[in-house]
Amino acid sequence: MYGISRRGLMKSGVAAGVLGLTGMPVHAATRGGKLTAGLGGANTSDSWDSRTHSDLFMIASCHGAVFDCLTEVAADGSLQGELAESWEASADAKVWTFNLRSGVTFHNGKAFGADDVIASLQMHIGEESKSAAKPIVEAITEMKKLSDTQIEFTLASGNADFPYLMSDYHICMYPAGQIEDAIANGIGTGLYSVVSFDPGVRMVAKRVDDHYKGDSAGYFDEIEYIAINDNTARMNALMTGQVDAINRIDFKTEALLKANPALRIQEVTGNQQYTFPMLTDNAPYNDVNVRRAIKYGVNRQELVDKILQGHGAVGNDTPIGPANQYYNDEMEQISYDPDKSKFYLKEAGLDSIDLDLSASNAAFEGAVDAAQLMQASMAPGGININVVQEPADGYWSNVWLKKPFSACYWSGRATEDWMFATAYEAGVPWNDSQWDGDDSARFQELLLTARAELDSDKRKAQYFEMQQILRDDGGVLIPMFANYVQAVNNRISSPEVVGNLWQMDNARMAERWSVA
Amino acid sequence: MALGLLTLLIVSIVIFVAVNLLPGDFAELILGQGATPEAVAKIREDLGLDQSLVSRYFGWLGGMLTGDLGSSFAQLNFQTNLGGAGGVTVAEQIAPRFANTMFLATVTAIIAVPIAVTLGILAALYRNTVFDRAANILTLSSISSPEFFMAYVLILFLAVLNPILPSLSNIYEGMAFSDRLEKTLLPALTLTLVVTAHMMRMTRAAIINLLASPYIEMARLKGMSPLRVIVKHALPNALAPIINVIALNLAYLITGVVVVEVVFVYPGIGQLFVDSVKIRDIPVVQACCLIFAAAYILLNLTADILSILSNPRLRHPK
Repeated sequence: MYGISRRGLMKSGVAAGVLGLTGMPVHAATRGGKLTAGLGGANTSDSWDSRTHSDLFMIASCHGAVFDCLTEVAADGSLQGELAESWEASADAKVWTFNLRSGVTFHNGKAFGADDVIASLQMHIGEESKSAAKPIVEAITEMKKLSDTQIEFTLASGNADFPYLMSDYHICMYPAGQIEDAIANGIGTGLYSVVSFDPGVRMVAKRVDDHYKGDSAGYFDEIEYIAINDNTARMNALMTGQVDAINRIDFKTEALLKANPALRIQEVTGNQQYTFPMLTDNAPYNDVNVRRAIKYGVNRQELVDKILQGHGAVGNDTPIGPANQYYNDEMEQISYDPDKSKFYLKEAGLDSIDLDLSASNAAFEGAVDAAQLMQASMAPGGININVVQEPADGYWSNVWLKKPFSACYWSGRATEDWMFATAYEAGVPWNDSQWDGDDSARFQELLLTARAELDSDKRKAQYFEMQQILRDDGGVLIPMFANYVQAVNNRISSPEVVGNLWQMDNARMAERWSVA
Repeated sequence: MALGLLTLLIVSIVIFVAVNLLPGDFAELILGQGATPEAVAKIREDLGLDQSLVSRYFGWLGGMLTGDLGSSFAQLNFQTNLGGAGGVTVAEQIAPRFANTMFLATVTAIIAVPIAVTLGILAALYRNTVFDRAANILTLSSISSPEFFMAYVLILFLAVLNPILPSLSNIYEGMAFSDRLEKTLLPALTLTLVVTAHMMRMTRAAIINLLASPYIEMARLKGMSPLRVIVKHALPNALAPIINVIALNLAYLITGVVVVEVVFVYPGIGQLFVDSVKIRDIPVVQACCLIFAAAYILLNLTADILSILSNPRLRHPK
């Protein structure tokens, strides 16, 4: 449990800083009152179909309030049961048995059981499915109902992270046979049942009277989420007290919020990362020395200071961040060193090199500025960057995965394997560095071994080695991790440790926060 | 009337082509980073986006002529995910939003038109005085600043420094009328500042124009008070241009609210329009544009009719 305690320590450190500033009492939750939140990331095309969710408004409404998953990631990063009470694996991590909580009902009164789990998972598979969780569910070869409260999954290959995957916000539990109705009206097993929902405008829900989570969560009588996509409008709403909490603070106006004694800023470093993938099947990026020269040519601290205005942490070219369990913080940090860039260029048989870097603010806010800073910092090392400003529209289909050196972002994943399987495993569609050649052999081998490894110590060693390989040889430059920054009115109290997997306490503020 | 319909047709073609010229389409934008070629192709096929521009346009026009605005791409995409259950049509989606926008426009009109006309009359009455200049400077500077700036100025003074009005206008169905009115006031005031100048200056100009006429001179020689001269004699004859400019501004209240709605998070048609353009949801964009165009045409038509009614010479042609 190495990663968790370290992370807990770090976050309580951040929280202590907040406490010191605002004098907020330690979180002691009491029932009652209302939470009004102004949230960005809403759209008129929103619905209660969790397969289509990708942004905060619906994740907080669906996964965070109205619906439940089998498992959930606690604020400290540990995994706990939600609709599943416990689970166990076979020795090869191929067969998983989940024991479901009994006596759980949906908001329409239907009892929850194993059939609902099977039906909910089946929503994600099939030819027609466009679900983002399709790869996760497709890995299940057989679902067997052992009893109403017990279900057995057989996987195509062993996966020690399987219970973690079941906490994905796409995989919410719907009532079997009533899925269409549940999607139309929002009928889940969550702490709050829907009162009204107007896509892209507003969601109101009230606390379920008799919920299986009892008094351990869900302290508000009522929650109201208002869709406010405009940054300034969101900030105004908080400043004028019309909402209690907002997500995605604009760094430029953060000082104004800080100056307001009635508010506090929550800031956590999670796995959200701004990256620059290089297509390693293209020259000159197929030469590991060129990649290393680039990695040493970037002034990471400058990027964090100027692009994130300090709201972030330097990256070490691995996608595994502080919100991961096996985050390797023992590796030496790559720091800016033009001489090393020159050295590695010489190793590649070059004195200097000219490269095109494609960037657009569609990749992340400030990507073009970041590219220009990199251009300036790499020049002394003999790397001449030509920044190509790409149009924001169609960036993901025309530039990313197509141009040899481009800007990108990832929100990260809860587990190491999930992240690697999404963007680093040989042959997967989003392997945005196409890093599958000979020099990645050891990494790819470890990826498969670690996936089925149930022993935590062994896994840790394997994932540490993989991060080291990525840092030294990988094809993606990951100079910075961006913090999640949100603001809360002091009328609302929140626990000391706030989740860092996703914005707004892992989108579960309705469940974990309360009226002060 | 026929001209109006032709205008609508042309508008629909222009919008259709323009939206299609924007880079990226619904499939690419809804999938974002996840836009793999297969997924994009799948959505395009489901939505008929793989057909040619011309056949798509006529498909839409055919539906439109039979009163069917179709379903939004977002809804269609959602339905294919679900396995073809019935969903919300564009008409159903737009109706509540349009009602909200009309409410905002009405509130604004009720505030703005009397203020503008009164100010215009007073400015004509006290022309070239300090009052006239002050009214002109104030209204002209408010029309010259961008709407969002006026909105933020009002928020600063009426919501942040003196918390009198809410800066968030998230009205919803089932809200008490008084609450709804309170929430709508700030955007309505912003729009008032934006439209007042035009109407006021037109009123002032139209009246001053008439003040040199012989019959006004006559009225003045009779010993009438200047206010009476203007209200009784000048105003009725100045009505036609004033009505015209009021109609134009009312049309603007419906079509030009996009920015104000976004700033105040007002769930009107403007917000829906912005959201839909962002994801290139052509059926919704088309329907919104048609409503905007129809509002313009209808209000102009009404203005023409009213100016005829206000002018006895046109009402009783020889």
